[in-house]
Amino acid sequence: MNLVKALEISTATHTGMVRSHNEDACAADGEIGLAVLADGMGGYNAGEVASGIAVALITSEMRQAIARTSLHGLDQADGDLQAIRLLKGITAKANTSIYQSANSQPQYAGMGTTLVVTLFRDNRLSVAHIGDSRLYRLRDERLEQITRDHSLLQEQIDAGMISREAARHSQNKNLVTRALGIEADAEAEIHTYDARPGDLYLLCSDGLNDMVEDEDIELTLNAMGANLPLAANQLVQMANDNGGRDNVSVILVKVTRDFPAAETWLGKVLSWFK
Amino acid sequence: MAKLTLTLDGVVLKEYTLTKERTTIGRKAHNDIPIENLAVSGEHAAIVTILNDSFLEDLGSTNGTLVNGQPVKKHFLQNGDTVEIGKYKLKYANESIAGTSAADFEKTMVLRAPPRVPVEARMGDTNAGTATLPPAARLTDTQINAARNMAAASAPPPPAPPIQAGPQGVIQILSGPNAGKELPLAKALTTLGKPGVQVAVIAKRPQGYFITHVEGTTMPILNGRALDGQAHQIKDHDVIELAGVKMEFFFRPAV
Repeated sequence: MNLVKALEISTATHTGMVRSHNEDACAADGEIGLAVLADGMGGYNAGEVASGIAVALITSEMRQAIARTSLHGLDQADGDLQAIRLLKGITAKANTSIYQSANSQPQYAGMGTTLVVTLFRDNRLSVAHIGDSRLYRLRDERLEQITRDHSLLQEQIDAGMISREAARHSQNKNLVTRALGIEADAEAEIHTYDARPGDLYLLCSDGLNDMVEDEDIELTLNAMGANLPLAANQLVQMANDNGGRDNVSVILVKVTRDFPAAETWLGKVLSWFK
Repeated sequence: MAKLTLTLDGVVLKEYTLTKERTTIGRKAHNDIPIENLAVSGEHAAIVTILNDSFLEDLGSTNGTLVNGQPVKKHFLQNGDTVEIGKYKLKYANESIAGTSAADFEKTMVLRAPPRVPVEARMGDTNAGTATLPPAARLTDTQINAARNMAAASAPPPPAPPIQAGPQGVIQILSGPNAGKELPLAKALTTLGKPGVQVAVIAKRPQGYFITHVEGTTMPILNGRALDGQAHQIKDHDVIELAGVKMEFFFRPAV
């Protein structure tokens, strides 16, 4: 099933105002309901290499996997399981690939990347993430952070060592506790949620949420949700207006209508007329 | 390496890296940073760079040199300083001082934590699992494993320019049932129009206020001319027409 008619997607990425190059990478494929965003780290251009490998590999592997085994004939529970298995397998593969490059080529030693991936199917959304790249959801005009950073700061907040307010000014914002490509095994955190028509999803690198308050992100998505490319560029511009100290990348995915799995021949026929 | 970014009205014109010991700024073509504008003196200012430090000197220019809004003769440039020459701005960024600063704010780094107990991916779990995270206490002896882009470290960032500075923009409705009403543009974005019919937003930016078309088949009209898809800066007493309603933009002086 092709999700192009159910999902509207817009992407924007920018080097920012301080950095010399962009180590973020992002890609989206509306047909298979996939959006991938990665924020690379490592000296010289190794960060770009790591995030580039992650995004390219996940996109192509996911296309092949979905072409091989259509997820859309399954019932919901099986579909969820299958989507999670796919995300798990493919992120593990991306980890191995980055890890091996890092270990085989000295100029890439120590490179890694954060990652957030969303896969839409059957009115559902599975999200895999590792590190501090985030997924937000705007539903009923309210913005909610869906993923939880794998960062020292988040752990300090969880442990009650630091208040949310103090966290905004913390100097540990940059320490992530998990990343892709750093160790032989990396585990992405994966969850599945309902996706509803009208939902607007935002995948972003920390260059956005470190520079722009959640209230302003919410304001932008509400004001400009009818025009996704404009909203994506506005978010990037706000990050840069506030200093743009890091690369900033956003992917916006709007659910424009239901996309149930067409299980029966009747459903399939009906879906042609939608 | 310190950098200067030359902008005019918020538009980046060029970036210069301060590689020379003495970098000159002025209207004449022989300057390292030539600025072709009559408000700029032939030899307007110079920047002397010694190791990581840069000093700005006004060379007795006619119209003067401002740093962060203050006129200067000599100034020791700090990361984030804005040098103003006529209508042109030069933003000074010095990325190489991280070594001397404890607060390397934003290079993302990985903490290598002790092996974690693997947790199966769960379904329908809206409460993202804390169980998958190692307890904070165990992180004390962890080592930093990878550093991103060491060169790009920066000193504690200058606070974002206070967006409230300067006069506040206000929209006054001129026609229709709400004629006479005023709408202060206090937020980063203000929406105008009717959703689904015609919507435009006014964005408040450090450089001023900008109007952009968001949705609808008709474009907003600014001073009698229809906008295109781009953002347009609006000026004092500009007239906007949107969904049949006329309104005027003006600046209210800060009290």
